[in-house]
Order: sequence, then C-alpha cells, then structure tokens
Amino acid sequence: MYVEFDTILERLNQGRLWDFPGGVHPDGRKTLSNKHPITHLPMASELYVTVKQHIGTDGQVCVNVGDRVLKGQPLTRSTNPFAVPVHAPTSGHIKAIGPHVAAHPSGLSKQTVTLTPDGEDEWIELKPLKDYQKQAKTRIIEAICAAGISGMGGAGFPTHIKVAPKHNVEFLIINGVECEPYITADDCLMREHAWQIRQGIDVLMHLLSPKKVVIAIEDNKPEAIEAMQVACDKTSDILVVPVPTKYPAGGEKQLIQVITGREVPRQGLPIDVGVITQNVGTCYAVADAIMHGKPLIERVVTLTGEALNRPRNAWVPIGTPMSHLLAQGEYHAKRQQTPNVIMGGPMMGFTVTSNDVPVVKTTNCMLVGADHEIDLTQHEEPCIRCSACADACPASLLPQQLFWHSKAQEYDKAQDYNLFDCIECGACAFECPSHIPLVHYYRKAKADIRHQQAEKDKADKARERFEARKERLAREQAEREEKHRKAAEARRQAMNQSGDDAKDKIAAALARAKAKKAQETGAGSSTASTDAPSSNDKVAAAIARAKAKRAQAAGSPSADETPSASEDNKQDKVAAAIARAKAKRAAQKTEAAQESTPDVKAETPDAGSDANDKQARIAAAVAKAKAKRAAQQTEAAQESTPDVKAETPDAGSDANDKQARIAAAVAKAKAKRAAQHSEAAQGSTPDVKAETPDTGSDANDKQARIAAAVAKAKARRAAKADDKDQ
Amino acid sequence: MLGLIAMIALGLLALVFGIVLGYAAIRFRVEGDPLVDQIDDILPQTQCGQCGYPGCRPYAEAIANGDEINKCPPGGEATIKQLADLMGVEAKPLDAAHGEEDVKKVAFIREDECIGCTKCIQACPVDAILGAAKQMHTVIVDECTGCDLCVDPCPVDCIDMVPVEPTPTNWRWQLEPIAIKQVQ
Repeated sequence: MYVEFDTILERLNQGRLWDFPGGVHPDGRKTLSNKHPITHLPMASELYVTVKQHIGTDGQVCVNVGDRVLKGQPLTRSTNPFAVPVHAPTSGHIKAIGPHVAAHPSGLSKQTVTLTPDGEDEWIELKPLKDYQKQAKTRIIEAICAAGISGMGGAGFPTHIKVAPKHNVEFLIINGVECEPYITADDCLMREHAWQIRQGIDVLMHLLSPKKVVIAIEDNKPEAIEAMQVACDKTSDILVVPVPTKYPAGGEKQLIQVITGREVPRQGLPIDVGVITQNVGTCYAVADAIMHGKPLIERVVTLTGEALNRPRNAWVPIGTPMSHLLAQGEYHAKRQQTPNVIMGGPMMGFTVTSNDVPVVKTTNCMLVGADHEIDLTQHEEPCIRCSACADACPASLLPQQLFWHSKAQEYDKAQDYNLFDCIECGACAFECPSHIPLVHYYRKAKADIRHQQAEKDKADKARERFEARKERLAREQAEREEKHRKAAEARRQAMNQSGDDAKDKIAAALARAKAKKAQETGAGSSTASTDAPSSNDKVAAAIARAKAKRAQAAGSPSADETPSASEDNKQDKVAAAIARAKAKRAAQKTEAAQESTPDVKAETPDAGSDANDKQARIAAAVAKAKAKRAAQQTEAAQESTPDVKAETPDAGSDANDKQARIAAAVAKAKAKRAAQHSEAAQGSTPDVKAETPDTGSDANDKQARIAAAVAKAKARRAAKADDKDQ
Repeated sequence: MLGLIAMIALGLLALVFGIVLGYAAIRFRVEGDPLVDQIDDILPQTQCGQCGYPGCRPYAEAIANGDEINKCPPGGEATIKQLADLMGVEAKPLDAAHGEEDVKKVAFIREDECIGCTKCIQACPVDAILGAAKQMHTVIVDECTGCDLCVDPCPVDCIDMVPVEPTPTNWRWQLEPIAIKQVQ
C-alpha cells in the first residue's frame, strides 16, 4: 500500500500519524542528563582520531608524525567519493600515526592519528559559504564533504552522498526522535541550537528541494519540540511533528513508516519511497560547515549513568578517549562491581574493551550504569516459546525462528526468515523473559554469513584468476611453438637461398669424411702408385702415404718423411695435412706415455697465397688444435700447469682465409676449456683469459671474432662450474 | 488376430517413443557435468593441490567420479559437510594424509631478502605475486589464497605464511550481550 503525498500531508496537518508494528517502552531515564546545558570539557591530554569513522572507504593520512596541525586542519585526503576526511580537533602536534583501539565492539585496532594538543586551540583559516544559495550545488556538496560530515545518528553514512540532488524527494525527515533510553544529546542540541539546526535544514532544502520537511521529535521532549517550532515558525515548508514515544521510533525505516505510512522495501533505500532522512546533529554540522566553514571536529555526547557523579551533555572533540570522559563525569567506581562502560545506549550500544577507545563521529552517548541499572548477571534461560519477541519486533520478523536457526548455524534457513532485515534494535531481547541475548545471536549469524559470502567471492575470484592463468600458459606455449616453427622455416629458406654454395660445402665435407672412413677401414698393406693421373688414385695414394707414416710414427717417432708431393693439387695437400697431424698426435701419445713433457708446437702449414689452398689451411688448423688438446691433456695428467697459448695461425691478409681463422678460434677455445678442466681438477684457480685471435683489419674476420667470443664464454662457464664443484 | 494387433500396436508405440527419446537425447543434450560445477563451487579454490589433484576443478571431477570428499584441508569440516550434503554421502573427518585444517594464511615476501628469481611467480596458481626478473617481488594480499605453493620454490626462503589478522570489518561478532533491567 503506497500512501499518496496529499493524504500524508492531510494526516500530518491533523496531527494523525501511522504506527509501526511492535516496539517496546523501556524506561527513558533521560532526566539524568538533560537537566543541564551542554558544557565544554577541558581538552584531553591526547586525542586519538580514527582515520575511518564512517561507512565507506578511508582516506590517506596527509600529515606526518611531528607536524604541527591547526584546529580544523584535514588529517586525511581522498579522491574516493565514499571517503570523508577527518580533521584535527584542536591545534597540536602529531604524536603518532598507527593502529589504536577503535570504537568497535571487537576492540580491534584501526589506523589512528594521535594528536597532542598544545593548548592554543588555534583555528585554521575558515572559508564559510554564507552565500550558498548563489553557489553551484556541487560546491555546497564539496564543502559538506570537505567538512568530513557523515551521518551522526549512528550508521555514519557520508552525508554528501545522501544530499546530492535527486528528483522526486517528497519528504525530508529530520530525525530528532532519539528514542533510545538515557541519550539526550539531540534533545539538548535542539533545545540550545534550534536556530542553527534550522540553518542546516535550509541548506539541505536548497540541495534536495523536497516538497515538505518534517522534523520528527518524540513527545517526551516538549522543550525541544517548542524550540524547533520557534525556529521554524516563519515557514510553512517545515512541519514539526511530535511522535509518540515508543522504541525504536527513531530507526530510519520505522520513522518513515510512522510519518508517511510507507514502508521502505527490503534492500531498498528511503529514496525509493521519496524520503530522505537526516539526523538533527547532522543538520547542525552542515550549518557549521556552510555558515562558519568549520569541519566536524566535535559533537554532543551524553555522559550518563548512575555511576557518574556528574551526568550531563558535553561538547566533546572527536578523538577524546573514554578515560577522559569518565574523569570529567566523575566516575564513581564503587557503583560498579566490574567496570563497564557502554558506548551508545543500553539497547544498541556496545561495551568498550578499553578506556582508550576514542569518541568518533557517531558516538552519541557514554553510558556508565550502576549495578542496579544494568544487570550483567542475568543468565540465559531456555526459550519458552512465548512469542513476546515476535510481538516486539518492529520489522515484523520472527525472532524466535531466527534465534533457533542462528544458534544451530543453519544460516540459509535464518536467511529464509529474512535475518538481514533485522535492524538489531534489541527490542526482542529486551522483552525476552528468558533473558536470551537474541540480538547477539543475530549479529553473530550475520557476521558469519557475511564472512562466508566474502570467502565465496574470494573463491570465485581465485577460480577466475586460476582459469585465466591456465589459459595464458596455454597461449604462451602455443605462441612459443609457433615461433619455433617459423624460425625453422626461415632457416630452411635461408639454406635454400644460399643454395649451391652450402651444398658444395656439404659435398666437400662428405667427401672428406668418406676419405677418412676409407682410411680407417682400408687395408693398411695396400700400396698404390703415386703417379696415377686420376683423382681417385691420388686420394688413394695419399691415404696410403698417410697410413705408412702413421705406422712409422707408432713404431719410431723419429721417422718422419715428407711425402713426395710433386703435384700442387688440392686433395694432395689435404691428405698431407691430415697425415701430418696424425703423425704428430701419435708422437705426442708416445711421449706422454714416456712421461716427458711434450714440446707441442703446431706448425703452421705452408699456406700459399693461392686462393686454392683454403681447405688445406682448415685441415692444418684442425690438426694443430687437436695436437694441442692432446698435449694439454697429457700435461694435466702430469699435474703440471699447462701453458695454454693458442697460437694464432698465420692469417694471411687474403680474404679467403676466413674459415681457417674460425677453425683456429674454435680450436683455441677447446684447448682452453680442456686446460681449465684440468686445472680445476687440480684445485688451482684457472687463469681464464681468452686471447683474442690476431684478427686482421679485414671486415671478413667478423666470424672469427664471434667464434672467439663464444669460445671465451664457454671457457668461463666451464671454469665457473668447476669452481662450484670445489 | 488379436495378438497380432497387440503386437503391432506395441511395436508402433515402441517406435514412437524410441524416436521421441532419440530426438530428445540430441536436442536437449547437456554439455558438461553440472555436478562437477556444483562441487567446484563448494571447494575453496585455493588451487593448492593438497588433495593430490592439480587444482580444485580436477578434484571436483574426481569427487564426481567417486573419490573421497575429505581430501581438502583448506576447506576443512565445513566443506566436507557441504560436499556430503551435495553428494548424499556420510560426512567423514578430514583425511590427515592430505594435511590439517589451519587458520587462513596469506603469503608474505620479506622484500629485502628477495633476489628476484621469479620462481614463486611461476608457482603461484592465481597470479597473486607481482614482480620481474631481478626485481623485488611482492604478494597481492587480496588475491592470495594461502595455498603455500610459493614457499618451496623460493631459493632464499624469504616467503612466510602469515595468518590473516582479524580487522573490524571481518571480525565475527563475539560479544557478551549488554543486559538491561528495568529500574523500579
């Protein structure tokens, strides 16, 4: 049932209101603290300003330890729209920035700026927006945000978000109900500062342009009602409505129901039924911010309870610790068996875990009850199914069912009974004849459900990330394979392009290999005539010659005949070189066996300047290198430090001897590596100095250099590996 | 004669139903196994591999194929209970061979000891470690599942598993209630 605006207005004018279901009538106990005007307290010796005092995100602390700050100076900064800053409540020095026990039932710590007041109380330069009606609305909202105003009724929702201009605002309800027992902060504020509250309401009206403003005050506060009526006398837009005293009439949804007869949908906001509500304290703070430029740095706190000798209302700077308030209220410890300080009222407040807990923007009361007021000794009895709780519930829930399911941790069933519509007003627990702390069970169940939900969200996120990672790895793998495939293709293509040259080389290499194989497998006794004209014959001759030499060398190393190579053709030379090398190797082996230090000097083959003797040179270089390696191995075995000096082959200036150089470099590197291995094995530090081969100034020796570098690197790596092994 | 009619009639019926069922099997074919999805939803998605499978989904598939439900230490008793409800089997205590239920932890890299080897980054199943070769690495706390997999590969042992501290936002309400009594 949706009540039309005109009907509501008519009923309001007749003084007829709606009602909400349930509700209880606890003893108000308000006269304890509202007899005296609001006083200012002396400054506490230290203030603990919690960085996040509202619902939303916290800002970044923008001061440093040791800084002097002025009264009203912002301590945090943020660009997040759901963040409001906190300000220095007085001038002084920043003593610390770090975790400090927070105004929270858990007693856990939150990021807090600790301020030591210097007693000067020096204000920062204030920038009021007196002509706000001429200013852009966004400027007013910015000013409200910059003043750090968040809802002062209890939830602490950032005010600048709530007052951002909206369409279809029918009612702006100013909540001065203050239905919870003991608390009189709003009552006293309305009595003494009705005019400033009116100014704040004007600002909100300017921003929201509601059709009607209703100031709702419980009828047990006649002075406040009168004061507000006087303040709002001249305007017909504002209506002061006394509301019947019933707890929890001050709850946002309950108040909207009482005033308009409309119910805020579950999970909905008041704006869904055309209503915005603001606490009177918030209105006062808005007026302070716009008319005087003052940020929210102090608020009215009710100090009450019979354990205080001087209960009253006081202007308390944000961040004042409870211990200071207890001292100012003249706490009478003997009236309590166990010290018990409640922040908030008896229905919805919580026991503070430490007297260092600071006042925050939502702290409206500090209740220190004597033993006979607040009985902590009541024990929970079994539920008798009297259903008194269901009768008391203002949200029309079934507290009993919620209790069973919460206690049994059947949270899905509890949610079926709309656990999250519970406003935790405590009316059910108040009525319960078995003293069951019902709200306590609901809070625990809610926290558990939220926790499970958070876990679930996290698990979903983890799953998503895990899947994404798997996908990424698979993609990378595919990319890598693709790259390799392309590289192989490119190589193949390059090979085809360089075509004949490469093929020639391969053919030559094959021929050489074949020749060698023939040498090895061929019968040693065969002799061939050296003057055969065909090339095959020549090869055979060379092979035979070489064989003969090897045999000679093995037998008597002194016998070293120079082959009668009258022909100057290529293949002869190759064969000759191979033979020479072989002979030398054999000689070295023999020498090594005789444990004498071999004098290994690789001879440089007579390299003619002729372009045709390329292959001969290569062979020579290979032979030289092999000889050296053998020598070094021998030396190493004899535990002598090898003198590894790779000789650079006589590299002619001819462009054709490129390959020879490469071969030489490779040989050099190999030799070095071998030497290092040996040295390392002997525990001596290898002297790893790769010598740069004598490279001509010719541009063609690039490849030789690369080869040398590779060899150098290899040698180093080998040395390192050896070092590690040791 | 009657018998023949009956046979023909039944045969026709069988044919019709066969065609209908055959069509339905193709037309309303369900891709994937929804049971695996349901199991996967219950598992905590730490991807820690303590169950012996390479991730939560493979274990979910294994459960669907009849594997034990008590191999998930991060999920603990709560997960086993949920799985038992889903699978219609008896809940059993956690198999100690796969580890024990522990408080929730997240990885923390002692940053001045990190040598930037990227081994932990490769081990992290949810990409919750940020860093590059020879640069300091750090854990994105909000994304860390506390799976422990990054601890072993670290060559300098600079990764700790730190229990998650309760904050006012994730604190589970445990409070002695405030009892009040009407004063006469």
